[in-house]
Amino acid sequence: MRVQMTVNGKAVSGEVAPETLLAQFLRENLRLTGTHIGCDTSQCGACVVLCGGKSVKSCTMLAAQAEGADITTIEGMESPGGELHPLQEAFRQNHGLQCGFCTPGMVMSAADLLRQNPSPSEEEIRHWLEGNICRCTGYHNIVKAVQAVAAAK
Amino acid sequence: MKTFEYHKPSSLDDAAKLLAQADAVALAGGMTLLPVMKQRLNSPSVVVDLAALEDLRGIRENESKGVVLGAMTTHAEVAGDALVREKLPALAELAAGIGDAQVRNRGTVGGSLANNDPAADYPAALLALNGSVHTNKREIAADDFFAGLFATALEEGEIIRHLHFPIPEKAGYKKFPQPASLYALVGVFAAKTNGGVRVAVTGAGSEGVFRVPELEEALGKDFSPESVPEKLSDGVEEKLLNDIHGSPQYRAALITALLRSP
Repeated sequence: MRVQMTVNGKAVSGEVAPETLLAQFLRENLRLTGTHIGCDTSQCGACVVLCGGKSVKSCTMLAAQAEGADITTIEGMESPGGELHPLQEAFRQNHGLQCGFCTPGMVMSAADLLRQNPSPSEEEIRHWLEGNICRCTGYHNIVKAVQAVAAAK
Repeated sequence: MKTFEYHKPSSLDDAAKLLAQADAVALAGGMTLLPVMKQRLNSPSVVVDLAALEDLRGIRENESKGVVLGAMTTHAEVAGDALVREKLPALAELAAGIGDAQVRNRGTVGGSLANNDPAADYPAALLALNGSVHTNKREIAADDFFAGLFATALEEGEIIRHLHFPIPEKAGYKKFPQPASLYALVGVFAAKTNGGVRVAVTGAGSEGVFRVPELEEALGKDFSPESVPEKLSDGVEEKLLNDIHGSPQYRAALITALLRSP
């Protein structure tokens, strides 16, 4: 079947099998491999992207369900001039990553939080990131990075 | 995941026709269906996506001042809706506590109720609030809707259109989440309705969500944490799940502890 959607501001389309997941479509058809598949069971959050501005787990959504949707992946976060998004910069400054595997999902999830709640408390950040698992950092610096962006706004 | 035919009908009639086929399933938010399809616990040959059915969307107040939720309303929409927060704050709180943020952005109230997972949150709310399920065929009272683990009164080709929740005088929901899955190890919804006090428990029952008459009686006399007995009768304990997450005794203790906690 044919699917079409907007990804990072560009109209895209592709021929997929009905069971193709959005994460697979992004990675394999569009070669946007910044969206990671960690657990493939909707637990870890490495695959989080924005769909119509809301964070979703792209491993638990069919590409067909994203027909006509506006999708943003980690590749769409930097400015057109190639400057890092404030969240990406804050993750770098605060050492909010070690291996980096969970980082795209963390950044996309945090972007959704800050859209709804521009100045979340530490507790709100930790609660919000419940669906994103990091095996390296112990979360402290990730939370600090999100706090830094919230404080700068 | 095994392959399937995918359909996204734009009318309820078309959806019902597609779902009347052998081996067809309805797809709402997909938060349960897609994972079980990946695990091949369910390999339908036809998937009918309900996302284009406008009739299944929206939150409104009806003539009897109850709250009506479209079946495709997401948990995040329920949690953030001004009408729900004003009329049914316990339901908004319940929705805000389901899964994680991304699950709440996709998962739907209709999908959760149709699936009737024994540890899902909404079944407790529907049963305690004496709500009803409105389908493309009929209206089903909460007391007649749940039919055991992952089973409901819904027939083949029957689609939930909306859920109706009457407004209680007072209501509250408390859950003790299983920390890895965030599903309820035990969840208790207590409501003082105009038809009396109703208490529904999710997560704990070996046959899914259930009411607890002895708690309803105690809370009927005085709707306060102090009137909850410290211990439930053995009859209740016999109905509880026994698995790696908790024994029936532990779950029984959690039911009363959650109700007694301020």
